[in-house]
This record gives sequence, structure tokens and C-alpha cells, in this order.
Amino acid sequence: MFWKKTAAASAVAMMSATLPHIANAQEAGLDEKINQAIAPISNVIAGTMFYSVPIGGTAFPLIVGWLVVAATIFTLYFGFVQFRRFGHAISLVKGDYSHPDDAGEVSHFQALATALSGTVGLGNIAGVAVAVSIGGPGATFWMILAGLLGMASKFTECTLGVKYRNEYEDGRVSGGPMYYLSKGLAEKGKPGLGKVLAIIFSICCIGGAVGGGNMFQANQAFQQIVNVTGGDESFLAGSGWLFGLVMAIVVGVVIIGGIKSIAKVTEKIVPFMAVIYVTAGMIIILSNITMVGDAFAQIFVGAFTGAGVAGGVVGALIQGFKRAAFSNEAGIGSAAIAHAAVRTKEPVTEGYVALLEPFIDTVVICTMTALVITISGELNSGLTGVELTSAAFASAFTWFPLILALAVVLFAFSTMLSWSYYGLKSWTYLVGEGKGKEIIFKLFFCLCVIVGASMSLGPVIDFSDSMIFAMAIPNIIGLYLLMPVVRGEINQYWAKIESGEIKKVK
Amino acid sequence: MTDQPILVGYDGTDAAQRAVEFAGTRATAVGCAIHLVYVLEWSPYSFLSTQELEERHQRRTEELSRAEETLKPALEALNKLKIPVTSEVRYGHSGELICKIAEDKGACQIIVGRKGGSTLGARLLGSLPLTLVQASPVPVTVVP
Repeated sequence: MFWKKTAAASAVAMMSATLPHIANAQEAGLDEKINQAIAPISNVIAGTMFYSVPIGGTAFPLIVGWLVVAATIFTLYFGFVQFRRFGHAISLVKGDYSHPDDAGEVSHFQALATALSGTVGLGNIAGVAVAVSIGGPGATFWMILAGLLGMASKFTECTLGVKYRNEYEDGRVSGGPMYYLSKGLAEKGKPGLGKVLAIIFSICCIGGAVGGGNMFQANQAFQQIVNVTGGDESFLAGSGWLFGLVMAIVVGVVIIGGIKSIAKVTEKIVPFMAVIYVTAGMIIILSNITMVGDAFAQIFVGAFTGAGVAGGVVGALIQGFKRAAFSNEAGIGSAAIAHAAVRTKEPVTEGYVALLEPFIDTVVICTMTALVITISGELNSGLTGVELTSAAFASAFTWFPLILALAVVLFAFSTMLSWSYYGLKSWTYLVGEGKGKEIIFKLFFCLCVIVGASMSLGPVIDFSDSMIFAMAIPNIIGLYLLMPVVRGEINQYWAKIESGEIKKVK
Repeated sequence: MTDQPILVGYDGTDAAQRAVEFAGTRATAVGCAIHLVYVLEWSPYSFLSTQELEERHQRRTEELSRAEETLKPALEALNKLKIPVTSEVRYGHSGELICKIAEDKGACQIIVGRKGGSTLGARLLGSLPLTLVQASPVPVTVVP
């Protein structure tokens, strides 16, 4: 679908170039104008970020390899921490090691839940659909693999996020890559490099917040709304800017107006929506249990043969790896910001908790979406993005697109709120704290909601992907340099457990 | 003089005030101490936004000092009556915590005030006195 749209957009662009008197600005509409203005910029950024080398006849973006190689190195360096300490992570989340006197502080569960609400969302619904529609069912296999490896990246970055966080005198706690890059590398005798990486990270994080954390969300939420209100005949079709304006006002009311009640309501509904989504997916999978074997067969065969996919195996692999990274954000550094506020004396405990995040997000929820799409047989319908997921679920429950539309809008909203915070923290790291400076960022963030809703999917995805992945460059350089610090933390933590200094409280 | 204190649930409301007064007369008669418990409702599984995570420690410190302030007049009033009195502020589920503290302190009884709410909400969700009556390990007095 978005190929068609991009084609249509470029056709319009060509027409306006050759026949300016026909395709004048009035006929093009506001959405089209915004699209035409932004698309060339996002094309340049995406082209640079996704610099590719030919492998097996297909262009392989180096940045995807960068993330997967890092995840593999962390997995080996920490001795498959994601499998060996999975049980320990669960017992930390359950509060088995939480001291009762710390009641009222941020628990492991709360830090995990908040970080998850920033990642679970459209990546799991729309991103997976993009992956399998371009990369075939085989993309799912690579997505799961990337999710499992990504758990080690998440472990590393969130441990560092807690270790090098800032605890201000007024009691606020905040951390993230900009702090572990600058403080951690200063400890290693590289203050200059640390500072530079922290600044690059902050700039990219602002871009990621605006791209994947905002424009992609607004765009897909609008697509789904148009879908359920009648598709191309919908009264909203072509009025993305209007939807964006409404969404921007609601986001603005929360992040600028400080109206907590709207955020509170969303936070109550979002986990509920996630449960409905997973339940519906499970029902579809269970009621077609005979087809699950076949779906997995398609996933495995597709992963190693790449049958019918542009670019074959490498094509499937690229899509799987890309969407996994986009969905669980492992190695990107964003989650380290959310996890940093937890109450714990041992940074590594939050690392263990954080490794559950890619597992829940990618290995469980994304796989479920991929299975539903594969089972439904909608894969060859020519749809992509949230429209494909919607059609797949509708093949079992005709009313599901309505629920999904609500879920998509709410997920989009909660992800926007999380990313507005990540972006804001990076912004204040760069320009310093202050009411006026914060308002400027927040207004800009709201403006981007309108832009995102107005654009067509192709340029939005390119821009979002490139900015989110750009964060991984400074972050992972820092992780490589700081991974011995994490190992030191692991060793002293388990020494305390063995000596009985840290023990279960229940 | 018994070493089993009377445990009083306190939150600064009029109902809690009445509970303290009633507990005062009981403690004088029996000759025992009073332990005031102020519970701030809290679940480690509630959902917080990123902003709230950042501010949680700060808010907690504020909430604790506010609770200590609220406890002060009650402590002074009981001190005037020459009743040995201790207090604590805790985060958690009020019913569960008060029962647990009663056990740990070996309290002889629990006294709490009743807000007199007969609204549908209170009936459906259950109130602290009702929870205590159901679950307390020691006798419970509810002061109207």
C-alpha cells in the first residue's frame, strides 16, 4: 500500500514539476504539501544513515549489522546473561529482593512497566506487518533472534543507566546514555570522547523522539482511523493535518499544560488494551492451532530460503532485524532513561529486569502479531503497516479493527508521552534546564505530531528509522568501552548474594 | 502496666482524631502504651509515567514529612496525658500493614476511626475497618 502511495506521491511531484498549472497548490491539499516539503529532507537523512553494502546481491545496511553484532558481542561477553539470569530477573520484578523500607520508592516492576509502555505499541502492531509484508514470514525468525540477542544489549545499557544516573539534591533521579557516556568515559580517562558521544547521542535522541516516537506514531494512528471510518471514502481521508492538530493539542495539554489526569487515564487503559490485543491474538492462534505448525514452517523455511522475497534470505533478515530493533529499542539507549529512576543499590539488578523488555516486546508480542498475519493469509493482500495487521485480525473478528483503532491511538499517545520525556531530557542535557527552554522543545514536539500525521508512510518510516538507529552509534561505542564496568558490577553483586549480604526478603 | 500497646490507625482526619481520643482513655485505664500508625496507600505495581519516576523519591520525602507533621498534634496530646506513645509512617496496603504491625508489636488491640461513609463505593471496595474486622489477629475497636 505504501509503495503505491509513494508512487502516487512521486507522480504528483513529477506532475507539479512539469505541469505546474494543473497540479497547483490548492489541488494538492495541505497533506500533500507537507509531504512534499519533508520527504526530500528525510530521504537524505535516511540515505546517509542506511549506507548499505551489497551482500548476496542485496543491499545490507551497515547500521543493522552494527546493532546485531553489538547484541551478539554482549551476549557472549556476559555469557548468555539473558538465559542464565532470566529466572533471577523474574524474582527481582516480583519484589523478592525489595526491602520493605523502600516501599513508596520506584519498584523494579514500575520501572519495567513504564519502559515497556514506551516500547510496546506501534512497533509491535504496524512494524511487524511492515517486516512480513516486505521480508516475508521468514523475517519473523530473524526478528525473534534479534529480540533474544537484544536482551543482552538492554541489560548492558540499563545497568549503566542506573550506575551513572544523577541524583539531584531536591530528590529527583534521572539518568540515561548522555550521563553514562559523559561520566563513565571520564572515569575511563576519556572525558573528551565521552562528552562528544553524549552530545551526539542527545541530538539523535531528539530526532528519534520526533521521528519514531512521534511522527511514525501519529501517522499510523491516523491511517487506522481513516481505515475504520471508511478507507479512501472516509470523511477524514486526506485530512491528516486535522487529526494531527487534535492529537497535538491533547499531547500539548499533557506535556505543556501538565494535566496529569489525561495521562493517568491513558496509563490505566494502555495495559488493558495490551491485554485485549494479546488475548485476541492468542484466541486467533489457538482457534487455528492446526495452522500454527504450517505458519512456523513458513517462518523457518522463509528465514533460510527467502523464497518470494525481494533480496532473498538477506532481505528477510534485514527486515526482521530492523523491525526488532525499532520495536524493542535494544542498543538504542532510550530505555536506559526510563529504567534509571528505580530504587536499588545494585545497578545490575535493573539490568536484569530490563532484559525482560525485549523478551516481552519482541519474542512474545511481535511473534504473536506475525503468527496472526501469517495464519490469516492476508500477507499477499498488498496491504502493509497497521492496515495489514488490522485486516489479519478482522479475518477472525470483524469488529476488531475498531478495537485496534482505539488501541493504536492510545499506544501511539502513550509512546509519544514517553518519547517526549526522552527527547526533553536530551534537550535539557544540551541546552540546560529552564522553563522557557523546555517549552520550546515541547511546542516543537507538538508541531511534529501534525507533520507526522500529514505525511505518507514511506518517508515517515525512513525518517523515524534513521533517527532511532542513529542513537545506536554513540550509545554502542560507549557500551563497548564500558562493558568491563558492567562485568565488575555483576561480579560484586553475585559475591554479595553468595556471602548472604543480599538475600531474598520474601 | 502491660507491655502490649494499643495500635491506632491515624491519618489526620476527624475520625482518626476520635480514635486517638478513645484510645487515650483506654490506655490510661489499662496502663499501656499507644503506637500510632500512618499508612500511605501504595502499590509497587501501580503505573507511573516517566516524569513521575524521576520525581518519585522527591515526592516520597515530601509525603513522609507531611505525614510526620500530621502526626505531631496527636503525639503531643497523648504525651500530655502521660501516655507512652510511639509512631511510624509506612507505605503499603493499609489493612495488610496494620495487621502485620499489630502482630510484630504484639499489640493488645487495634483502634481505628470510621468516616461514616455509607456510599456505594465504600461498600463495594471495602473500607479499612471492614478489612481489619475480617483479617486482624487481635481485637478491633471501630470508633464512630
